[in-house]
Amino acid sequence: MTPAEHDGSDLLAGFSAIVRRDLLLAWKRPGDALNPLVFYAMVSTLFPLATGPSQQQLLLNGPGVLWVAALLATLLALNGLFVSDYEDGSLDQLILSPQPLPLLVLGKSVAHWLTTGLPLVLVSPVIAMTFSLPTEITGILLLTLTLGTISLSLLGSIGAALTVGLNRGNALLSLLILPLAMPVLIFGARTVSLAVAGDATSSGVYFLAGYCMLNLSLAPFATAAALKISNE
Amino acid sequence: MWTFFHKLASPPHFYRIAPAFIRVFAVTGLVLIGWGSWGGLFEAPIDYQQKDAFRIIYVHVPTAYLSMMAYSIMAVSATIGLIWRMKLAHAVAAGAAPLGAWFTFLALATGSIWGRPMWGTWWEWGDPRLTSQLLMLFLYFGYMALRSAIDDPLKADKASAVLALVGAVNIPIIHYSVYWWTSLHQGQTVMEGKMPPEMLNPLLINILGFTLVFGALLLYRVRSEVLYRERRSRWVRELVLGGEMR
Repeated sequence: MTPAEHDGSDLLAGFSAIVRRDLLLAWKRPGDALNPLVFYAMVSTLFPLATGPSQQQLLLNGPGVLWVAALLATLLALNGLFVSDYEDGSLDQLILSPQPLPLLVLGKSVAHWLTTGLPLVLVSPVIAMTFSLPTEITGILLLTLTLGTISLSLLGSIGAALTVGLNRGNALLSLLILPLAMPVLIFGARTVSLAVAGDATSSGVYFLAGYCMLNLSLAPFATAAALKISNE
Repeated sequence: MWTFFHKLASPPHFYRIAPAFIRVFAVTGLVLIGWGSWGGLFEAPIDYQQKDAFRIIYVHVPTAYLSMMAYSIMAVSATIGLIWRMKLAHAVAAGAAPLGAWFTFLALATGSIWGRPMWGTWWEWGDPRLTSQLLMLFLYFGYMALRSAIDDPLKADKASAVLALVGAVNIPIIHYSVYWWTSLHQGQTVMEGKMPPEMLNPLLINILGFTLVFGALLLYRVRSEVLYRERRSRWVRELVLGGEMR
């Protein structure tokens, strides 16, 4: 393909082809997409069982528990982000394709978020209800979790790209990504807690939105660089 | 000047000239630490609030500063290694990581010991600096784990360099998000000129001394790293077979 063919529609075509392909793959294997969701619900169940059913305590810990569970569930789903592509050789094709790799990688992240992040966000009001969090905070919960899980998907893709092809990649991925994910956790959980207490939440939401933009613009480049190194 | 740097980038040359620097840095650094610690422990006046407990500052501040310094060195040399494919730069990054982790650990340990008389607890989650140092330690662990998980050294260099860069972009964000919590840690006194000179001077001397010792340790590590990495090259073979290389 000559460089002249690189117009805008061409770029969009590659991006949407990747998104469609990954969504189709997820659709064909619904179990893979459901696992993180079940994991999310189960981790959220662990905390009340471990700390006691007192409603006061659940109200206090609920936002934190929801966020920790969401973080872990996203991590769980990240392991497989590039593994099957690496094993069947599609990763080589992605890297060799004339489309810019960061854009294709962004497509994979988008598909990953649509299949794991979005379901987590949608199911969280139900879990929040079981923690007796007030229903007024549903809006802020959905908003912060949306921004946060997008950031986590993008950050995690860097880690997944760095560890693809390594035998002990799973534990390593968590070790690499968890410290980087702390800002999302701190701001996400704290903002929801503030909302529960009835305080102003805009600063936390602004931070999460800004962080999400930063990750959207920079993470695909880091992931692309990491993929090229891992696939050498 | 430039030829000096050019030659420095060559592993055999670096291997040859490093010991002189190591010796100078180590000796000067240890002398300065001795001087600074003497001044800090015996000559500096007692703090009106913290009594003698404040004196751990003469170890705590230098280690905390170097824990961050090591990460910057790591990130900068990783960048140099990625862009200019300089072998020595990757060796520097590899050598700086464990040192940085150790200094981070020391900063945490001294901070915790200091926290015991001041706050009444060994660990205080409400303190942002302690928490962000802990996250820093985890970042070092992740970096070292990734490096050791990849068998191919060239690949390990590049992959860990990407991680170091991602970490460098994120460290300020992690730092400030942890600060969003309310702080217990006393404000930075060093830069605000609130310390009397008898207290401040030993601290500055110790910071310089610790930095020099850190430099010596780093050079030592890098030198060993270079020797290991170049183990199949001719100059190492000649070095081993022909005795000390002069």
